[in-house]
Amino acid sequence: MDLYREKILEHFEHPNNYGKLDNPDVTIHDFNPLCGDEIYVDLEIEKNKLKNIRFRGLGCALMRASASLVTEKVKGMTKEKIIALDKEDIEKLLEISPGPTRTKCILLPLEAIKKGLKVK
Amino acid sequence: MINIKRDFPILQTKVGDHPLVWLDSASTSQKPRQVLETMDNYYQEYNANIHRSVYSLSEKATLAYEATRKEVAKFIGANPSEIVFTRGATEAINLVVFGFAKNYLKKGDAILLTEMEHHANLVPWQVLAREKGLKLKFIPLGKEGKLDLSHLDKLLAGVKLLSFVYISNVLGTINPVEKIVRVAKKKKIIVCLDGAQAVGHRPVDVEKLGVDFLAFSGHKMLGPTGTGVLWAKREHFEKMRPLIYGGDMIEEVRLETSTFQEPPAKFEAGTPNIAGIVGLGEAIKYLRKIKVEKIVSHDEELTKYALGELGKIKDLTIYGPPFAKATGGQARAGVISFNLKSIHPHDVAQVLGEEGICVRSGHHCAMPLHRKLGIEGSVRASFYLYNTKEDIDKLVEGIKKVKWIFTGKKS
Repeated sequence: MDLYREKILEHFEHPNNYGKLDNPDVTIHDFNPLCGDEIYVDLEIEKNKLKNIRFRGLGCALMRASASLVTEKVKGMTKEKIIALDKEDIEKLLEISPGPTRTKCILLPLEAIKKGLKVK
Repeated sequence: MINIKRDFPILQTKVGDHPLVWLDSASTSQKPRQVLETMDNYYQEYNANIHRSVYSLSEKATLAYEATRKEVAKFIGANPSEIVFTRGATEAINLVVFGFAKNYLKKGDAILLTEMEHHANLVPWQVLAREKGLKLKFIPLGKEGKLDLSHLDKLLAGVKLLSFVYISNVLGTINPVEKIVRVAKKKKIIVCLDGAQAVGHRPVDVEKLGVDFLAFSGHKMLGPTGTGVLWAKREHFEKMRPLIYGGDMIEEVRLETSTFQEPPAKFEAGTPNIAGIVGLGEAIKYLRKIKVEKIVSHDEELTKYALGELGKIKDLTIYGPPFAKATGGQARAGVISFNLKSIHPHDVAQVLGEEGICVRSGHHCAMPLHRKLGIEGSVRASFYLYNTKEDIDKLVEGIKKVKWIFTGKKS
């Protein structure tokens, strides 16, 4: 039960920023072939900052909760600051420290966002 | 029913407060203390390289290693000279692909596989097909998780080699090997069988099955990790080339050329996993003492029970055949993959894991099969001789807890 604290389940059931952007600057599709977690991220970038973001896709509770919290956090941040975020930041956001397999799940959203920022 | 949990030290351990419930034997089996003691004894009393020295330790080690070869041969109805030790079924299949098929097949030849194969019996063939310009064909997955054999004869046209799985590691489907081999042999097709989920779980006799190659893993039948076997019909060894060369597989070495040993030594270069193979010998002895026929009945009872209990849970989908064939007899083994509606397999396995219940989640090294089933992944519970009905009861309780956490529903 430890990993599935209320916070995680809350964000799993009612995630922030779920959906699509009308005119995204970048759309990234990323997935974890090991387990079937899949995410689409729409990014709207203005000057050097992330103006808006949406995500969607099939995935486990940890991945969705992470996407919900990460997308909320990175809104308005500069590209550099976002690219500097790492595993520890995600674990702090989620308040959990999963094993290596689930770590891939919680890092997927951030990795997708970083890929998108490198494109534009 | 078989009741031997006490022989398995790891099954006495706990995960937090919960006793360990091992339901992932399809990925690797747990080991009885008899196997562990044998390996320990090897290292403590006669660890020495084999086939090399004259001192008594080496002789003892060599005898123990070769004794396992005889045990394995007897276990599958073969000759010891036809047994090659590998690290597992994957390596064994690679030896068939790149050691035999690479020389045997010509450009334009077709290989027939199935849609339910484990990556080990799929990816190497893909690579060979690309390298040599071969055609890959697939027996399709039919209804109820069984192979659709209705067009087998047609599919076999132009096929020189057929490779398929005995028991699916996802669906538990027990394929009608002898029936398929009979059809293939009419066209003189070489047949390779992936026996990873079958050997040690039901009686396997290579002569009865009629196949040309059999690959299986020692570690899925109570043996140590890093052990596996390739059995091949004697005549195929002539056309087989080792994948690894070096010491122990040679006869005479000069600077420019060398001659090689006869099989099976020819295919066992370097110092092998001696402790592992010695342990595997003990595993087979253990299985023979319990009697494989009893393991089959045990598996039947557990599978019937599990399918019944899981079937009662709402919003749970089980993949694969029903327990029995229409004509009677067991259609599926104790490998059960399933999904809970709207709950990702990872999350299911996570919660179960925290209760000490070990199941696998993901695609179980069978991505094309999952794609064909239209799912991202699944949860898999698999049984072996040390599992009991209580283990299944715990699984069911655990699944109910998962449902409660994620949906608030109590059943």
